[in-house]
Amino acid sequence: MDFTYTETQDMIRDTLARFLGDTYDFETRQKFINSDSGRDPAIWTALAQDLGMLGAPFAEEHGGLGGGALENAIVMEELGKVIGVEPYLPTVVIAGSALKAVGGAQADAMIPEIIAGDAIIAFAYAEPQGRYDLANLRTTAKKDGAGYVLSGHKSVVYAAPWATHLLVTARTGGNPRDRDGVSLFLIDANLPGIVRRDYPTVDGSRASEIYFENVAIPGDALLGGEGAGLPLIEQIVDEATVAVCAEATGVMQKLHEGTLEYTQQRKQFGVPIAKFQVLQHRMVDMFMEVEQARSMTIMGTLKLGLPANERMAAVSAAKAKVARGANFVGQNAIQTHGGIGITQELAIGHYFKRATMIEGQFGSHDYHMDRYERITLAD
Amino acid sequence: MDMEFSPEDLAFQQEVRDFIAENYPADLRDKQDEGEEMSKEDFLAWHKILYKKGWIAPAWPVEYGGTGWTPTQRFIWSEETARADCIRLMPFGLAMVGPVIYTFGTPEQKAHFLPRILSGEDWWCQGYSEPGSGSDLASLRTAAVADGDDYIVNGQKTWTTLAQHADWGFFLVRTDKEAKQQEGISFLLIDMKSPGITVRPIITLGGEHEVNEVWLEDVRVPQSQRVYEENKGWTCAKFLLAHERTGIAGVAASKRGIEKVKAIARTELDGDKPLLANAFFKRKVAELEVDLAALEFTELRSLAGPNANRGPGPESSLLKIKGSEIQQRLTELTLEAVGHYGAPYFRGFGEGDNEHPIGPDYAHRAAPTYFNMRKTTIYGGSNEIQRNIIAKMVLGL
Repeated sequence: MDFTYTETQDMIRDTLARFLGDTYDFETRQKFINSDSGRDPAIWTALAQDLGMLGAPFAEEHGGLGGGALENAIVMEELGKVIGVEPYLPTVVIAGSALKAVGGAQADAMIPEIIAGDAIIAFAYAEPQGRYDLANLRTTAKKDGAGYVLSGHKSVVYAAPWATHLLVTARTGGNPRDRDGVSLFLIDANLPGIVRRDYPTVDGSRASEIYFENVAIPGDALLGGEGAGLPLIEQIVDEATVAVCAEATGVMQKLHEGTLEYTQQRKQFGVPIAKFQVLQHRMVDMFMEVEQARSMTIMGTLKLGLPANERMAAVSAAKAKVARGANFVGQNAIQTHGGIGITQELAIGHYFKRATMIEGQFGSHDYHMDRYERITLAD
Repeated sequence: MDMEFSPEDLAFQQEVRDFIAENYPADLRDKQDEGEEMSKEDFLAWHKILYKKGWIAPAWPVEYGGTGWTPTQRFIWSEETARADCIRLMPFGLAMVGPVIYTFGTPEQKAHFLPRILSGEDWWCQGYSEPGSGSDLASLRTAAVADGDDYIVNGQKTWTTLAQHADWGFFLVRTDKEAKQQEGISFLLIDMKSPGITVRPIITLGGEHEVNEVWLEDVRVPQSQRVYEENKGWTCAKFLLAHERTGIAGVAASKRGIEKVKAIARTELDGDKPLLANAFFKRKVAELEVDLAALEFTELRSLAGPNANRGPGPESSLLKIKGSEIQQRLTELTLEAVGHYGAPYFRGFGEGDNEHPIGPDYAHRAAPTYFNMRKTTIYGGSNEIQRNIIAKMVLGL
């Protein structure tokens, strides 16, 4: 049992923190998220080519740094600290996990493209009726010769406007909500019949509604077994869930630090408001939530490799705790800032918006408590 | 970073399990399982078994009698002892004054007191709080006035846990009335059989005689029993409080406690289903488990993380706050789970009294334990004081 980071892990964190410190200050971020494309592609290229950061969780034989989920967590936490919109989560964490799990020619072909920064992969899994149920799918992929024909509507696909590829969940058989009959496909984002409506998200990113209108996709787009994809999808979503817990830790830390700093400057009744015990104790409570979010992220990350039930219980415990913590820290950061906290002017409000979206991402507190109970507290 | 137990750790785990199975007395296990009050003899019985084995003070440096265990082994030890319903060891010697003596004491003090703490020969109590000095501990007024090679001590201490059993007490006393509050305090070791000491019981909500008032009237204490410099006792006190806070997290014991609550809630009926199937009750249990996991991994990060060798710092206040809140929620859930049979009140049974008590065994101590555990957010520096400590020492406010 060991809870220290290796030298390489420390180096990844330091290198990334330095780079983001130089490139991702709040004003610069606001400029590019409000630009037409919503991002600065040079940052992604630098992350890939100058820092090698997109190879963090991949094996050295693919050109990666030989890491795994812990390295992803480090990167996500640092991105959280700058409310980064870089599509590391869908591309490296989610698609990367899927490719590592299936291996073979598909991994050999795609992982080097990810590492080089040439591929951006968006994860099209949610549907209007599906809420957080990964099997509740109306999107279908019908066998057609050697390939499939994809039809359906995917909701709020983060990073889709920037994507070169889409990772899509679809039904190859069974009824909506069946565990069987779910398949996972990695396809080119610009195939004929893919229609997107792009929009900004409240937390500074970009996303799309995606409509598949009889899109012909090749047979080798299928990742894993046909109709047997749900366990793999659950696994990669669990990886993604602890990764957003890590991101949340970074976001929450900044919300807390920003609040500490502000209360020491802001004076009322002739003293800095940080002198008031009621605010001190609130900031201590925020601190404890940040620390516990960090602990739960580590717990969830370390348990990703366990058998499915143990893994899911751990990830759900982590996400439930982090969701509550993000809510508490975010709301109290705004409250402590007072009026200025509810404007667009300060960074704090933008961290709050990301914290708020993370609460629900890959399942709310209630969803994860339900899942946790089904596994650990069965009657 | 990993959570794996090495082959050596697994062998150690087995060794601990075997040792407990062979040596932990069944009557103690039964009393602990039902949450009964423990006698001095109960505490000392297990203490002496561990002393004989050399496992009485895992946290101490090896040179003073520690075991030299790794953080993982200490984690295994606390898990296994909690799982087996081992009774807790009294912290006053082992976790409180012992570390103060080996950190700040003279060679003579170390040579005399440490072996007696380890063997269980001396039972210690803590003379900190006073009627007028609770959270504001540094306002304490019990005074020691030099008289030749001695001090003459006068004053009153309160909330002194199990002082009725104590051979020795460690006391904070004022040795300089002119100095600023925290700078005029000294740390004294006092023989509880000294003339002038009176111990009076305080009965707490659960009916226990756990705490006491201690009166000191012209008690003569050799100056050689002062630890560290005169007027520097606050340094020892702060050191001790940080030590006390970490142990207070009680993660392993709370894990065991949750298992027991779940067992009760699987037995108790709610309609035609077990109570644990009630969505509201189940959610409270689940939330408690999740919060306990957060506490556990926060503690593991501090025990086996990058700062593991630094010793307990102010961040241990977090462990105290969250640990005590969880302990309280646990007892509250237990009381809720037992329903009607939380009400009957037992004060134990006399010798040869075999009459079966009313209600299920697990219900007997539910209410008294709930009442008793309200202390956890008050003692060791109340949770409000812990927040002050974090605000000042960690957040720099």
